[in-house]
Amino acid sequence: MAERDPLEDPVHFVEERTAAAPLLRGALRYLFPDHWSFLLGEVALYAFIVLVATGIYLALFFDPSTAKTVYHGPYGPLDGQQMSAAYKSLLDISFTYKAGLLIRQTHHWAADVFLVSFVMHLMRVFFTGAYRKPRELTWIIGLLMLFTALPEGFLGYSLGDDLLSGMGIAIAYGVALSIPVIGGPLALAIWGAPFPGKPEFWSRMYIAHVFLLPILIGTLIAIHLALVALRHHTQFKESPRHTDRRLIGVPLFPGQTPRSLALMFAAFGVLFLLGGLVQINPIWQWGPYHPYLGTNGAQPDWYLGWLIGALRLMPGFDVTIGHITLVPNPFWGGALFPLFVLMVLAVFPWVERRFTKDYAFHNVADRPRDAPTRTAFGVAFLSWVFLIFAFGSADRLFVLYGLSYDIQLYAFRIGIWVVPAVLFVLTRRICRDLQAAERVEEIQHAAEEEVARERLEAHAGIT
Amino acid sequence: MKRLLRWVVALGALLYGRMLRRRREKRERRRIVPAGTPERSAENLVLALLGVATLFAIGFIVAYAEYSPRSLPNELLGICLGMCFLFIAAALAVVAKRLVVTEELEDKYPKVHEEEQLQVAEIVHESGGRITRKRLLMGAGAAAGGALAAALGTPAASLGPVWHTAPLDQSPWRRGKRLVDEDDRPYSADTIEQGSFYTAFPEGADKDRLGAAVVVVRLDPNGLQLPAARATWAPEGIVAYSKICTHAGCAIALYRKPTFPTLEPHAALVCPCHYSTFDPARAGAVIYGPAGRPLPQLPLLIDDAGMMRAGGNFSGPVGPSWWAVRDHKAD
Amino acid sequence: MSARTRLVAVAALVLFVGTGVALAQPQSGIVRPTFEPSAPSVQLGAELYAGNCATCHGIDGSGVSTPRRGAGGVLGAGPPLRRVGALAPDLYLRLGYMPLSSIHSEPESERVLLSDKEIRSLVAYVASLGAGPGIPHPAPSTGGISEGVHLFTEHCAGCHQVLARGGFVTGARVPPLQTVSPTQIAEAVRVGPYLMPRFSAGEISDSQLNSIIKYILSTRHPDNRGGWGIGNIGPIPEGLVAWWIAAPFLLFTCRVLAKRFRG
Repeated sequence: MAERDPLEDPVHFVEERTAAAPLLRGALRYLFPDHWSFLLGEVALYAFIVLVATGIYLALFFDPSTAKTVYHGPYGPLDGQQMSAAYKSLLDISFTYKAGLLIRQTHHWAADVFLVSFVMHLMRVFFTGAYRKPRELTWIIGLLMLFTALPEGFLGYSLGDDLLSGMGIAIAYGVALSIPVIGGPLALAIWGAPFPGKPEFWSRMYIAHVFLLPILIGTLIAIHLALVALRHHTQFKESPRHTDRRLIGVPLFPGQTPRSLALMFAAFGVLFLLGGLVQINPIWQWGPYHPYLGTNGAQPDWYLGWLIGALRLMPGFDVTIGHITLVPNPFWGGALFPLFVLMVLAVFPWVERRFTKDYAFHNVADRPRDAPTRTAFGVAFLSWVFLIFAFGSADRLFVLYGLSYDIQLYAFRIGIWVVPAVLFVLTRRICRDLQAAERVEEIQHAAEEEVARERLEAHAGIT
Repeated sequence: MKRLLRWVVALGALLYGRMLRRRREKRERRRIVPAGTPERSAENLVLALLGVATLFAIGFIVAYAEYSPRSLPNELLGICLGMCFLFIAAALAVVAKRLVVTEELEDKYPKVHEEEQLQVAEIVHESGGRITRKRLLMGAGAAAGGALAAALGTPAASLGPVWHTAPLDQSPWRRGKRLVDEDDRPYSADTIEQGSFYTAFPEGADKDRLGAAVVVVRLDPNGLQLPAARATWAPEGIVAYSKICTHAGCAIALYRKPTFPTLEPHAALVCPCHYSTFDPARAGAVIYGPAGRPLPQLPLLIDDAGMMRAGGNFSGPVGPSWWAVRDHKAD
Repeated sequence: MSARTRLVAVAALVLFVGTGVALAQPQSGIVRPTFEPSAPSVQLGAELYAGNCATCHGIDGSGVSTPRRGAGGVLGAGPPLRRVGALAPDLYLRLGYMPLSSIHSEPESERVLLSDKEIRSLVAYVASLGAGPGIPHPAPSTGGISEGVHLFTEHCAGCHQVLARGGFVTGARVPPLQTVSPTQIAEAVRVGPYLMPRFSAGEISDSQLNSIIKYILSTRHPDNRGGWGIGNIGPIPEGLVAWWIAAPFLLFTCRVLAKRFRG
């Protein structure tokens, strides 16, 4: 009699109750094209998992209430100070509950790293043309996720009602108000009353951050992954066998599984190491927020730095017609700018198609040099956004290195237009030169082979 | 007897042949995953890495139990948990690279399913065969659905005073209100010295309201350039402006005061968020930065007891600009 | 001439010309009397004042209200120093704010070129020009940190940053406060050097000032129980860590894991 494989029992159990064995069998041997840059989206996913896990823990201790209380806890410098219950519960998490500070910091690092890996993944997808047909929907879902993750992070670090994040909420209020026509009603609807708003505003922030937006992001992730799986992942043309029809890759099991798990544990490890070793958002040092207090050097988290740069770069004017304030100043940097970036990224697959007249399916990813105009545009657009982002730190650069803020202001006002233009031309040139160099090499190779073959034939002919 | 023996031998041969065949079948059955060579050294490495990971995890639990919240070093907890994860990651990496076979397989990218695509469209079309006035019915459905959506969205109007934007113009300041500091002590004109700056609130008001906080400075009366309508707003050169920046709503917490006005920039109120700068001597005019609207000024008066009081409400609504901010008066 | 000789010749020429140019610059150093007494004195202060301060601050501290060329062709203008007492000169001289190399530059904490004796002499001289506040003697240990952080946030954080890491105000750099002494803090609060506002005892009492100083001293070693403080200025270094520590490590991990191994 053949030996009974102990694994067959649970699999049989599942199959009898779900009829899923064909699905499982297909999934186990699902192929993953093998390149390190294809793992960046996974890194973002693992950061999201850490966010959810640590977030659940924090939600079990956090009090999302603006009720005023006086602090008498272990952190001496704040003893006797009035603060909101939300801020106090964050102090308790950081000082009173063991491992609370670790979980808090890991949660915050995970948010920062989530967006770092998100941006790296976006850049990889863009520069390899992986957003093209049939993956435009996946691209759009990704952009929706990005522009949901940004307010999600903002809400997260604003829930603590500390001085730094409180100033940020005031700015968000100013940006909301600045939206033409609907700004006033919109801000009043969100805050419930003029700033600082009703206590319900904190409930709204809280429920958006711990429930509404995570559910939205989670759903978008599921759709995104389903779309990727249905159409299969793109691959690079590593050999003539890699084509738009034939996919070559590593099966999920056993090849890809330990790799993905290793990446997951590595991501978890990095985040917890950061949470333990590098301090982030020490709210006890900032103190509680009041609308009449301000500190120099207040900044948003890095992924909103592009907005503070834009807000600071703008010359000072409200667009008015008579007594009507058509466009208050913060609208340009705080609302129009991010919307514009989102729009450019969203329509890009279709605009590119229009220009290149390329309506075919693409399962083979380009190398950046294979699409010089796209790569050049991407570099230029990225540099435009990056320079605006960089200006947001001009004041700290001035404090540290003495670089005049005024000079930086004017240099950047010009630079954000000149540098991308220069980089566009330069990048396109470089891509084309690289392509030309490869073609020359190919011709050289072919010629050498031809010579070698003829020599062989001649030799054979003689003997 | 011989017959029985023959039957036994035949049965034995049958069973033996079956066993051999089964063994052969087992040998010749094609493998799905290719075989690879074992690597015991890699296995040992994995065991070692998992062992270290276990120790780190135990370390976390021990540290958590041993220390009090006060003395528990955050770094220790982070290292224990983080290194545990990293060592498990390393173990899995060794498994991935040396203990399982990494195959390179081929598959087809899915094609477009033309047939099913057409059938989907056909099913929908044919299902509607009995309906004679499709457009009308769809229109009615859209109208009902749209109205329902609007109805479901209507309670959102309770989120805030959405139609009634008057609260944006309001401030707690009224003529005669005394100026008090954060500890509710009233300001007298004598305490307002030139060269310093003070934060004041209306007596009895909620200090966190945007319209509450004002910044008060004393300037040289000869240097003031206020509009004619505000000639009485600055007794003894003391001026007050809303502390809330008209750009995006941060508190104007910086005051620039020249020691030697000949060479140094003149007095200014500066916002730390985007560095909008306002001139207190010229009715809060914007002199630098992205703000688009001057700071609302609060008229002041000094009462008979020498205490600072408001002479009325602000010159305009406070806070960041919005659609009707220039159209309304401060309320 | 060989290439090497040419190089040496050019280097020598540059050095020679450079030295000449440097020597020809107006002196930025201190003008001292040939013989300095060993103890501080008002007399010494007067001589140092005449040689280093009068160009901008006028004879007997009367001030120079419009810029005009003084001794050595140096452009001078400055506020009067009568009735500033000992407090202001002690602050400005010990911080290195004065002497100022150019009337248009912002006073910055620079290398102090005067000796302690010379500073004392100058302080005594300026104090003698008219009655003014003396050098304060704060006692930060008697202050309360909780009161200190509250007052600092209210009055100072807008310019100096809530952890006294310095900042920017339109037209000037606001210095960080980790290296200043309690006396200098007290002096700066009372006099408001350069563009800083001044806070008299009516607004910030001496005991409140002690609390503020106690808090500022504590910012030298803030409570960084979360780990490496990365500068204590908030999200900018945090973003740098995410991009330059976390991202490279994760990219490296991806690279290592995805390299194919033919097994």
